[in-house]
Amino acid sequence: MDFLPHTTEDIEEMLSVLGKSGLEELFEPVPEKLRLRRDLAVPEALDEVSLRAHVVELAGRSQGTERLVCFAGGGAYDHHVPAAVSALASRAEFATSYTPYQAELSQGVLQALFEFQTLVCELFAMEIANTSLYDGANALVEAVNLAVRATGRERVVVGSTVHPHYRDVLSTYTSGLGLDIESVAFDPTRGVVDWGAVDAAGAAALVVASPNFFGVLEDVSEAAKTHPREGLVIAVTDPTSMGVLAAPGDKGADVAVAEGHALGNALAYGGPYVGLFATSERLLRQVPGRISGETTDRDGRRAFVLTLQAREQHIRRARATSNVCTNQTLMALAAAVHLCWLGPAGLARLGEICVRRTAYAAQRLAEIPGCRVKFPGPRFKELVLQLPSAADEIARGLARRGYLVGPALGRWYEGLGDCLLVAVTERRTRADIEGLAEAIEKELAQEPAAGSAGAQEPVAGSAGAQ
Amino acid sequence: MVFELSRPGRRAWSLPEADVDGPSLEELLPEAHRRAQPPNLPELSELDLVRHYTRLSQRNWAIDVGAYPLGSCTMKYNPKLSEEAASLPGMRDLHPFEDDDLVQGALELLGTLELALCEATGMARMTFQPAAGAQGELTGLLIMRAYHDAAGDPRRRVIIPDSAHGTNPASVTLAGFEAHETPSDERGLVDLGALREALADDVAGLMLTNPNTLGLFERDIAEIATSVHDAGGLLYYDGANFNSIVGLVRPGDMGFDIVHLNLHKTFATPHGGGGPGSGPLGVVERLEPFLPSPVLEWDEGAERWSWDHDRPRSIGRIHSFHGNFGINLRAYCYLRSLGPAGLRQVAERAVLNANYLRALIEEAFPTAYPGPCMHEFVSSAARLKRLGVRATDVCKRLIDFGFHPPTIYFPLVVEEALMVEPTETESKETLDSLAAALNQIADEAEGDPELLRSAPITTPVRRPDEARAARQLRVRWTPADPDGGS
Repeated sequence: MDFLPHTTEDIEEMLSVLGKSGLEELFEPVPEKLRLRRDLAVPEALDEVSLRAHVVELAGRSQGTERLVCFAGGGAYDHHVPAAVSALASRAEFATSYTPYQAELSQGVLQALFEFQTLVCELFAMEIANTSLYDGANALVEAVNLAVRATGRERVVVGSTVHPHYRDVLSTYTSGLGLDIESVAFDPTRGVVDWGAVDAAGAAALVVASPNFFGVLEDVSEAAKTHPREGLVIAVTDPTSMGVLAAPGDKGADVAVAEGHALGNALAYGGPYVGLFATSERLLRQVPGRISGETTDRDGRRAFVLTLQAREQHIRRARATSNVCTNQTLMALAAAVHLCWLGPAGLARLGEICVRRTAYAAQRLAEIPGCRVKFPGPRFKELVLQLPSAADEIARGLARRGYLVGPALGRWYEGLGDCLLVAVTERRTRADIEGLAEAIEKELAQEPAAGSAGAQEPVAGSAGAQ
Repeated sequence: MVFELSRPGRRAWSLPEADVDGPSLEELLPEAHRRAQPPNLPELSELDLVRHYTRLSQRNWAIDVGAYPLGSCTMKYNPKLSEEAASLPGMRDLHPFEDDDLVQGALELLGTLELALCEATGMARMTFQPAAGAQGELTGLLIMRAYHDAAGDPRRRVIIPDSAHGTNPASVTLAGFEAHETPSDERGLVDLGALREALADDVAGLMLTNPNTLGLFERDIAEIATSVHDAGGLLYYDGANFNSIVGLVRPGDMGFDIVHLNLHKTFATPHGGGGPGSGPLGVVERLEPFLPSPVLEWDEGAERWSWDHDRPRSIGRIHSFHGNFGINLRAYCYLRSLGPAGLRQVAERAVLNANYLRALIEEAFPTAYPGPCMHEFVSSAARLKRLGVRATDVCKRLIDFGFHPPTIYFPLVVEEALMVEPTETESKETLDSLAAALNQIADEAEGDPELLRSAPITTPVRRPDEARAARQLRVRWTPADPDGGS
């Protein structure tokens, strides 16, 4: 299966126009000694019937949230993707289009992105937004780089309750720039950074996560009070919480960033996801990535174009605000459709379900002998469960019983080796929570799981029904 | 505008009740953390929503709609089976923190793809974390930095030809290096003399796109590689134009040490209106320790794939999770469709199509540099300037003929550049009609230049005012907007 339209006659005719006798002659500029004189050692071609069977077989050897009841979190969540969102975002007119540089042929994507920018601003109570970045970690990196540019400072203070992967990516990205990135410890009883006690002197930015990596709400306004003049407060947040939680913009944040996959995009083993990025208008010219702007066309009609391109790499090159080119437009579009599907009331309902079911789960799981829920909260859709022994072992055992939990926290936080994250989305019912609690009880009692490693159906729950 | 369709009380959403006992939302969330005013999202019925986005989709060009000969973008057909594969349970519903034992199918897919792409590029190992080409570039440059630093020989500059994509110099700056631009010579190729002059012991490496953005193969690549290596530098391959050589020439055999691929170009994954892409990065063996952590390992004895997090010399993580898995799996499907012979044919037909189209329009739009091209070519519309017609006018007129225009005004080294890349999936008939349209447009420019300047006439909007967009900035919808309430 090769998707090539050329007939033998086509090739002959085309070569004769070129005055060539064979395809080989077209590669005259390539030095003989560099050419590969053999077939690539890659698997032989498959026809469509065989290829489909092959990928179905491969898919069958992984177990996702259709087969396991998913309470796993840590920055990726098993939210419901409305059918209308999937249907619209997978339209080939969107999916197989290129970056909207030719405005006349790209009004659909440009308007969708303009609307997306507006929706992101509304969510976070910020003034401006871009058309997306790669993921949550990348959005944070770009926010820090913006703060460094805007302030001319190099010190960045990051809460240790910010997603450990985001902090890792931040340190990788900025390793060549010589920034002074400083991690501040969290209060071990409350699971939050005490921002009032942080020394923010001379900092380009304070980075605060709320809800933080432990699911606990953190005090963005406290950080905003702490930060010195001209330094920026960067808030890492969760867009699905914005129907019930105070927006970063209302708490004094200068930049709001988030992982947006939970809006309309599949888990997909961690990508493609979408980085959300919003800030205030005074920083507009420092913003990374593409921005869709409204204008009028030759006949006075409303039209959209990519604007302020002079910030970007294809114009500004070595002095661009970022190197980003390709972003996550299609994911941004899905997020926009999902937000419009929810509306204010749907987003509020989504938030209420998350908060109340998580609280219910916290209460139920704390009843299990030997377990406790760490950190008093308040929290949004995630909690830290402390177990009587190594959490990663127990998580593996729970998977064999049909439940996904975690990640276990020991790999990032010393002293939390017996803790793991439990996330509760609108897909997790009260029965699922009960089922998880019973599975944990059985696992702790070392009752044998039915069947072999992870191969059996969930003992309870509704994952398959959605 | 979706906000203008909103009516209070209308809804598309359908969600369960919270359905648990216990405290209310107000009891659980202290007032300081609660949102006072819900975000001003639109309120629509599901049908309104579906029609709105369906209408938007109809105001958009796409490969599935028609030819898309954008130079440097490789807008080829995106196979439908890949979409189906990406939507399978066991692919789309995998959580990134799942234990390796639960996702062996996905890991085998990535492992096989890595092996195949390493073979195609001549690299030893590859990471799939970079979400797009530019992130691959940064990853490669940070590896370059780590390599020199580890050797106790930190270096400052990275050399980039003047025809390079803008991401190259931008990534160089972000990696903490200084970009040193080197000129193209009269052939449109790297000026070997100028390059050798620029090489010094503070040069970390050279970034090169081969074939370059003029669609020309850097035939001196062996000498270039030797010069850079002799100066202690590394060679970075920008895979933007890999489509023209896949299966025929391997970057590793040309002397490159670091390679990124754009899977959304060569490996036929849909570009999504500007993303997602995927920019996996491959390296030669001596750079392997520096790859982002974790890397995928196969345990022969246990017959098991796993992520190795124990990578003490790694530059660190570059993505929140494992990169754009959903895109990588589409590339995998494409690769398995084609096999070794198919991949070679991709390059051969891409080069055939480009040369054929170039020959058909050469008289009207001469190429800036003589000789055969690879997968794309750069023509110039400079000849039409005396008629008051610019490259952009040619493009807008081409839209009226039912084609997406080529890339224009890039690379910067060609005046009034038209950068054309038909790709291998377009048929001879399509190329013939595209050439006929371009030739007719060249005639029209002579006879009736106003026709070009007033184009396009077939689109929903015509020549949006970009200057106004930048001057009177409106980058979000506002309800108070006096013009926006229509």
